[in-house]
Order: sequence, then structure tokens, then C-alpha cells
Amino acid sequence: MVDNTHQDIDAATGTATTGHEWDGIKELNTPLPKWWLYILYACIVWSVGYWFLYPAIPLPGGHTPGLLGWTSRGAVTADLQELQAQRATLVGQLNKSTLQQIAADPKLAEFARAYGRSSFGVNCAPCHGSNGQGSAGYPNLTADRWLWGGKLDQISQTITHGARSGDPDGHEGNMPAFGKDGILTKDQIGQVAAYVVSLSTPTTADVSAGQKVFAENCAPCHGDNAKGNPDVGAPNLTTKIWLYGGDKATIQETLTNGRGGHMPAWGSKLDPATIKALTVYVHALGGGQ
Amino acid sequence: MSMWKHHAIFEKNSLVLLVGILIVIAIGGLVEIGPLFYLKSTIETVDGVRPYTPLELAGRNIYVREGCYLCHSQMIRSLRDEVERYGHYSLAAESKYDHPFQWGSKRTGPDLARVGGKYSDDWQRGHLNDPRSVVPGSVMPRYGFLAETPLDFAHIQEDMQVLAIEGVPYTPDLIAKAKVDIKAQLSPDDPSVADLVKRYPKAVAHASLGGEAGPTEQDALVAYLQMLGTTVDFKLFDAKANWR
Repeated sequence: MVDNTHQDIDAATGTATTGHEWDGIKELNTPLPKWWLYILYACIVWSVGYWFLYPAIPLPGGHTPGLLGWTSRGAVTADLQELQAQRATLVGQLNKSTLQQIAADPKLAEFARAYGRSSFGVNCAPCHGSNGQGSAGYPNLTADRWLWGGKLDQISQTITHGARSGDPDGHEGNMPAFGKDGILTKDQIGQVAAYVVSLSTPTTADVSAGQKVFAENCAPCHGDNAKGNPDVGAPNLTTKIWLYGGDKATIQETLTNGRGGHMPAWGSKLDPATIKALTVYVHALGGGQ
Repeated sequence: MSMWKHHAIFEKNSLVLLVGILIVIAIGGLVEIGPLFYLKSTIETVDGVRPYTPLELAGRNIYVREGCYLCHSQMIRSLRDEVERYGHYSLAAESKYDHPFQWGSKRTGPDLARVGGKYSDDWQRGHLNDPRSVVPGSVMPRYGFLAETPLDFAHIQEDMQVLAIEGVPYTPDLIAKAKVDIKAQLSPDDPSVADLVKRYPKAVAHASLGGEAGPTEQDALVAYLQMLGTTVDFKLFDAKANWR
């Protein structure tokens, strides 16, 4: 700052120096541009307004609330209410309509698919893939093959209560560990694996031994014709769509250690309209039954 | 402006400058720190928030050790887009037993404040072992070694004692049962889980993949991740009474 008692004017520029000298070098004390300085002062004056209008001064047991009564949580609540109001008509229709009515109404179904897709991206894509394509251990939703049934109500049930989720209404039922628990011998597992592979990849080899093991151990869930049973989540074994892999080694591993993937129960996390939208979206992904 | 003449007093006397600095810092300190002594106005009253179980605490220690907070926040801000994506905005009460809290500010990965229960244990393990196996575009490093590293929980009771000093309600009884509780939380079918849940409401037991070798670091981390954001029932939370 200018030390007026030792005013030292630089001859070349006519500007005051700071009054210090370092090895013959002096520093100019150029004043701040007026326009800049006045904007700074104006900002300081402006900021005082915030003290009165917004929450500002912390006090024991609270803080000054401000004349506007603004709170960040109140603001987000208002934002969400506005969003709800925007969506109210269509979400209200989702809430009122049954799944079948939604799917039958082209406009509502289109909204449900769009609404469901955005929720799918956040909640479902990490397991089922961004387009529902699934990956090893996580069902493909686009193939129109449904572990727990592909009707609208069945899909809704699965989303709401999950699978092996701990929800009392969730799907239960595991693929037993036939090898680990000593139900089948290693040889039998090899035989039945060969038979299961032959169901989707026809072979000339003799798989009758495996067929016999299958009929005794696997048919109760997967069915005599191995077409699966959505009531217990037993997959159809006659297609080339595999949850864990359809090569003989993977099937042997499945038979040895059992399987039982978990799907969370979304009923406690998502509201009913979102679940309906997701149901319609997922149903449409796979072609739907 | 004559005001600047007086300013020279500060510039020329280091002792006066020092006193001036102390006064300014004291004001800042009073304004920022003072209210923290009246925490009732800062931390909401919320039902359900409980201290971490010993296993979750061990998992949290690994979360901190691996620097997960450098890419993942645990703080859903009160903004519409965040609430739409991650769920209810975070409450101060939800991290009141965190020392230090893991709010973070970097979001290379998603926020984890409410990740608990969102995906299955298998998913969490598969994702830790190889994030690309389930999220193709992920840039997260692999943490597969956690599944092979035995969990060292020899000092978990000391951890709890220190936290008790900091105000976490770990009673001597809870501390004494710490190692029992770690085993219980990794034995989903064991009757001891019921005792664990009595001590730590809503605690969920997880199957350990460590087998005979005992729990792994991954077991603990998964238990921690799976409880994040699960303790508060927002149906019972009076949001409007806690607007601030």
C-alpha cells in the first residue's frame, strides 16, 4: 500500500513506488484499476444482502434462517415435487392401470418403456447389461427365455421380490450341488453333462447313460423333456442360451457345485409406478410372453 | 484513503501482524467450529443408524486403506438429479459413526452411499475381482487380491475401543464379542446370527468364500458395501422437520 510519508515518484512513468529498493531496483505501486476496485466494493455490499436473505450466521442451537426461508433440502423437495407434477398425468395412469392395460395402450406403453429404460440403466444394467443382454451368471433379458416366467405378472413378481433375496415372497430354489453333496459320482456327472450338451448340440455319441441319470435326478425340476420349469426357476436346457455356459466343463462345474444367483427385491427400493414401467420395458426387451 | 495509512502498522510490525492474524483466525474458528459444539442442530434425529458390526468395520478399514474414497463418494447431495439416481439425499446422521467419514468429492465411479443391497454379493465379488466382467466400460482397477488375502482382524477390538472414545456407542460387551460377531456374520445359517442381529439391528450375514482358511478381506469389504445406506427407513423419516 502507498506509504504517503515517503512518496517516491518514478520519473519514467509518474507512478509512485513502494518506497523499497533492492539492488537499485524499485517496485512500482500501480494503483488497482478503478473499474475493478468499484466492482469489488459493489460485490462486498451485495454480499451483505445474502446475510439477511439466506441462512448465514451459525448460532448456538441453530443458525439464522434468512428472510427467504430457503433450505437446500426444501429446495430439492420442491424440485422433486415439480418433477412429480410434470410426470403426474402419465405416472398417475401407470399407478391406476394394470400391467396388461399399460401394455395394450400404445401411448402409455411407450411412456412406460422410456421411463423403465432410464430406471433400468441405473438399477438393472450393472448385472443385466446396458441393453439387457446379461452376462455369465446374469440372465439375458432379450432372448425371450425366462427363468421365472416371461408374462407381465411374473416379471413384475421377480422385480418386486427378487430371487433368493431373503424376501419371503421372493423366488426360491437352487440348483443342488450334485457333486459336492455326494448325490452323483464324478462319472455320473460327466455322463449327464454330455447328455445335457447333446440336447442343444446333437451328437452321434451314446448319451443314454446320462439320459438315465437325468431322468432320475434332473427331470423333477428341468422336466422330462428338459424344457425347464419357471415355477422353480429351472432353465430350459434344450436351447443354446446358457446362464453360466453351455460347454461340458461349465455344465460339470454347475452340476458339481450347484448354482443359485441372487436378485435383490426391488419392491423396497423402487415405487410401484417405476416397477410397472420396468416390467413393461423388460417384457418388451425379450419379446414378452 | 487514509485508512491505508494505518494498514502500514501491520506491515511494519511483525508482532502486530501476528496478533491481527490470530484475531482473524479466531473469528473464523468461532464461526465454523463453535456451532459443532451444538451438534443437535447439525445431526438429525433418525431411527435406525447403528454402529458398524465388527466385520463391516473391518471392511470399512479396507475401503479406507485401498483409497476407495478417491473415486467413490458416499454423499448423495440434495440435488434433484442425485436423488433421482441414487435415492434419498444423505443425512448427517448416517455418517455420525464414521471416523473419518468417507463422503469424498471425487466421482470417477458412482456414489456408494446407498449401494447396500442394490446388487447381489456375487455381483460385488465378481465386480471387485474384475470390474469389466460385469460393467464393460468400467475403468476401476481389479481388486482380486482381496479375495486371496486373509482378513487380519486381530486388532478389531482396539479399533472399536478407539471409536468408543470418539463417541461411537461400542459397549464393553460389544467389544468383547467382536470376534464372535465376525464369525457369526460370515455364517448365514448359524443360530449365532440371531444374537448378532440383536446387537446390530438389520445386520445381514454373508456367505464367506474364505472356507477353512477363514474370512478374506473381500468378505469384510462386501459386508461393508452391502450395508451402506440400509439402516435408515425413510418411510419413517420426517423430512420436513429436518429441512436445513
